[in-house]
Parts: sequence; structure tokens; C-alpha cells
Amino acid sequence: MSETSLLSRPNEKQLYRDALWERRTLLSLASPALLSIVLIIIIPVAWLFYLSFIGKDGGFSMENYARMVESKTYARIFLTTFKVSALTTIICILIGYPLAYFLSQLPRKAANICMLTVLLPFWTSLLVRTYAWLVILQRNGLINNWGIKLGLWDEPLKLAYGLNGTLIGMVHIMAPFLILPLYGTMKTINQDYMKASANLGATPIRTFWQVFFPLSLPGLSAGTLIVFVLCLGFFVTPAILGGGKVIMVSMQISNNIELFFNWGAASALGVVLLATTMLILFISSRVLKIDKILGGGQ
Amino acid sequence: MPNAESLPISIQGITKTYGRVHALDNVDLEVKSGEFLTLLGPSGSGKTTLLMALAGFTRPDYGSVRFGDEEVILKPPHLRDVGMVFQNYALFPHMTVAANIAYPLKLRKVSKAEIETRVEQALETVQLGGYGARRITQLSGGQKQRVALARAIVFNPRIVLMDEPLSALDKKLRDHMQIELRQMHDQLGMTTIYVTHDQREALTMSDRIAVINNGKVRQLGTPREIYDTPANRFVADFIGESSFLELEEGESGLTCEGIEILARHTPEDNLPKSLVIRPERLFPVNGKRPADTNLFKGTIRQIVYQGDAAMVYIDQSTGAELVMRCGTDNETLQSLKRDSEITVGLHRDDTVIVSDDETKG
Repeated sequence: MSETSLLSRPNEKQLYRDALWERRTLLSLASPALLSIVLIIIIPVAWLFYLSFIGKDGGFSMENYARMVESKTYARIFLTTFKVSALTTIICILIGYPLAYFLSQLPRKAANICMLTVLLPFWTSLLVRTYAWLVILQRNGLINNWGIKLGLWDEPLKLAYGLNGTLIGMVHIMAPFLILPLYGTMKTINQDYMKASANLGATPIRTFWQVFFPLSLPGLSAGTLIVFVLCLGFFVTPAILGGGKVIMVSMQISNNIELFFNWGAASALGVVLLATTMLILFISSRVLKIDKILGGGQ
Repeated sequence: MPNAESLPISIQGITKTYGRVHALDNVDLEVKSGEFLTLLGPSGSGKTTLLMALAGFTRPDYGSVRFGDEEVILKPPHLRDVGMVFQNYALFPHMTVAANIAYPLKLRKVSKAEIETRVEQALETVQLGGYGARRITQLSGGQKQRVALARAIVFNPRIVLMDEPLSALDKKLRDHMQIELRQMHDQLGMTTIYVTHDQREALTMSDRIAVINNGKVRQLGTPREIYDTPANRFVADFIGESSFLELEEGESGLTCEGIEILARHTPEDNLPKSLVIRPERLFPVNGKRPADTNLFKGTIRQIVYQGDAAMVYIDQSTGAELVMRCGTDNETLQSLKRDSEITVGLHRDDTVIVSDDETKG
């Protein structure tokens, strides 16, 4: 029996081994990345998690988390973080969607050139860009000088050092993260859909809301999610342009370590921020079908 | 479904240039009310540009398009009220089948109850009853095709445009859909303009065919006129698989290699002429010469068996090549031998002479 089956299935074992070997080779290609993820993400996060349960006396304690619940300061910090992140995201959408739409309708060559102007800030240092905004926005900066010179306003506007400055700087830095996935999705929308819609009797505005906008949603939600999540943990820009008036979670973490040498408190904040971010990603993956977002429009 | 009132289309002097290329070169075309007219031409001939000009997606440089008595050349697409089937169907992927078909009705503010019945009716017409709740991605190519059709006719347009709607289907389904589309046209009666590069499709479906090349209508006629009496060499070459023999002006008529050619029809102009030989009109001649027949001699180079027919490639001593299609019965196949001499005949009534125009095929 076994002899006949071996005879009627020539090379079966060798072919199976060959397939197995191919899969292992493929896996080994991913191993450097896998290893570094374990080393620089999983182990430190686990360490952070452990630290967050260590109290001032060095023993196990929930005091770091208790402080967050009790203290009004912490509630305010979380509220500020969400407010700044949400506002930045909304402004990014308001600016980015029309821009991405405009780019997607341009001929390829022109679109590439315009895309460069979107990407150019991307290649400049974050710190440089933030200080540049400071120069532009401060009391006797570019905008206030010109505004007063031209007689548009009399007193210098409070642009830097506060919510306004923080938002301006953050929108500028985050916008490409929204525009890129949005543009990518819009490019894959077949122009024939819009033609079909017009042919069936829809005005251009109706066509946009009934056909183009729904089809661009995967890109919009991807961009929105990326921007919002990045904003939650943002540090440099609010630290510099906020002038100490806009305190976000990441800045409180830094304060805890640099001013109070309290690693436990900082770790607990980090854990909560991480958990919040993961919760948002989890919920949106349920609502928005994350595989669709990450895998493009199709 | 109520019978749609159809409209004639009058196209006059439509011209569209892209740089120095004439996509459409002064096209005049009168389409009768309720007619099925096909624009046939190779890719880049301008046939799709013309269709897009009718739908309002291409703005011509100048010219006039009238639906009935109404000039529509300046009307935006969404006010033209013509049905259109796109090459890739262009069904909205974020809507169900029913929502796709209901789309033009909603825009026309039809009541909810009526939308429901009309969508179901349209689905019945294209034999997809009960498919309303499906998603577009769940449909096969043939089903998408039918939904696209249903969406194009559900608002009873008086004119329907189709841009190579069957090109993405496999051959069997395509053949089937050709007959079905044509039946539906006869049933609904709207004026239909159909674009294709497939000559057989055009011959199968059309009342009339406009053969288009380089932005010009090269011939307008019924399928039979186009096939049997091509107006010029381009049309003769594009439709069917013809062999061509150059003709010379003889003493009493046109000759080929010194032998006078008997022909049903000879164009009267001073251009050089060619003889058009359709493969299926040639027949082998053994023994005595039949009356009113042109004879050609040659050597069989190759015989290709195709099941329902055999193609016989014949080399003439002059270097010209003839192709004959013949039946595949045993007797015929046995009488044909590779590398043997053969004489083939072409009846006078099947002999067509065309002028060699400036654009040879």
C-alpha cells in the first residue's frame, strides 16, 4: 500500500521539504527587524510598565496611578492633549483635503512638482521648523511687524507662546501625514465614476458628495488616525511654541523626569498614553476596517 | 418598462484637435431615431472621442450636436439626459446593485415606491431579478455588464451611448451579450450609438456602421454594404480578412497580371485600384472554367485547420498571397495538398474593386 502510494506520488517529500525551506528563508529575512523590535520596543515598554508600579519608597505601589486619578492637574493635562490633538487634526483635514483633491486632479507632472512643496518641510529638521515658526510668530516677528506696518492691527497679536502658536506649528508639521495617504487614495479613484455620475444627472457638487467623497474616505480616515495618534505623543513643537502654557502629556513626562526625578510617575503617564493610543487604534480598526486603510483603497 | 421615446442625433462639422493631431476632423453624421449605429474603427481613430463629445465629456473645438431639434453642444454632461455604458462599467463600488440603479432616479426626484419598482423592473430586463442587495464586488464581469446596462436605461433615456461595453468579457459571453443587447434595443427602442473596434461585433449588432479612421467617417452603411461594397481600401482592409491584388489600367478595363478582371462594381475615379478578395468567396476550380469567374493560379504554401473551416494560404508566382477559406469536409481536405498547384475562382458578383486612398490600411 505505502509502496504504491509512494510510487504514484513521485517527489512528494522533497517538494514538501522544498516548500518548507522556502518559507523559512522568507521568515529569516524578517528576523533582523523582529529582533530589533523586541530589543528596542517590547523590552523597554515592559520595563516602563514595571517602573510605573514602583512607589517613592522603592516598593510595589499604585500611587503613580492614584495621583493621576486624584490630581486635577493631570486631568487638565490629558484634556489639553486631546484638545490640541483634535484641533490639529481638524485643521489638517480642512486644509489638507482640498489640497489633496487639487493635487489628485492635476496632470501627473504638475502633481509631482506640487507634491514636492508638500514634502519639502518633511525633509527639514523638526526643531528647525519649530524655531522658524517662533521667529515668524513672536511679538516682534515677521507677521506682527508686517501686520502693524501695513496697519492691519495696532497691538502685536499673541501668536507664539500659547495655543495659537502650538496649533500653527503642529498643523504645519502634521499636514503631510494627512495629505499623503489621502492623495494616494484619491489617485486610485477612477475618473469614470465621476463621469458616470454626471452622465446619470448629478451636478458636480452632488457627484463630489455622493461619489468622490465616500470613495476617498479610506484615505481620509487613515490620515486622520495617523495625525491624531502622532499628535497625542507630540513634544517638541508644543514645548517650544506653547511657551509653557500648553502642557501636553509628553511634556509632563519630561517634567517628571527632569524636574522631579520621578521615574515611576513618568512611566505611569507613558503607560496610560500608550494604552489610550492603542485603544483608539483598536476602536478605529473595528469601525474603519484598518486592513483596508493600511492596504490602500482596494 | 415603458417604451422610451427615441430621438435622432445630428452631428455636424465636429472637430477636435489635440496639438496638431485631428482626433475628429469635421465629422458629419446623421443618426436616425431608434437606430442602432456603431462607430467602428481601430484604436486612436477618434470613435471614443466622438462618443465622449456626444456625452459632453469632451469639448470639441467647433461643430454642432443636436438631439432632436435641440442643440446640446454647450450643455454640461449632467443635463444631457443620455444613458451611457462605460467600458469598465464604472459602477459605484460603495453602493449596492440597487443603489447604483436607483442613483439616476433619485437625482430625478422619483418617489421612493416608484424607484423600488423601476429598479426591480430594470433588473428583470437584464435578467438579474433579485440581485439588488448584492455588492458590486460580488458580481462577475457579465453581471456587472448587465447592471451597468440597467443603470443606463432605468431613467428611460431617449439616447443610449455604449463605449466598448463587451470588451472585458470572454468570447462566449460576448457573443451571447451581443444578441441580448440587440434584442433589448429592439424592445426599448432608444437611439443607440455603440463604439467598438471589433468588426464582427459591429456586423452582428448594427443597423448601420460608421467606419472611422483618423478622425473621419470613411464609410457609413448597413453591415452588408460595408462588407460587400467597401468604399475604399481602408474599409476593405479593416473589415474582414481580405487579400489585395494591385490592378493596372488595361485597354478594355482593369487587369491583374495582364488578365482582365470581371467585377460587379468599379469606382469611377483616377486613383490606383486594388482587387479585394474575401477568403470565403474564393473556391477551388478543378477542370472546366465556370462562367463569369476570375481565375487565379498559385501554390499551396500552408493549410491551417480551424475546425469549422480551413484556411489555405496560396503563393502566386508574382509574389502575391491569397487566402482561401474552405469547408472541412473530407473530400475538400483530401483534395488540398501542400506545395501543390491550385487554381481558385472568384465569381464576378463577389469581385470588388476599391480605390487606394491616401491612407492604406
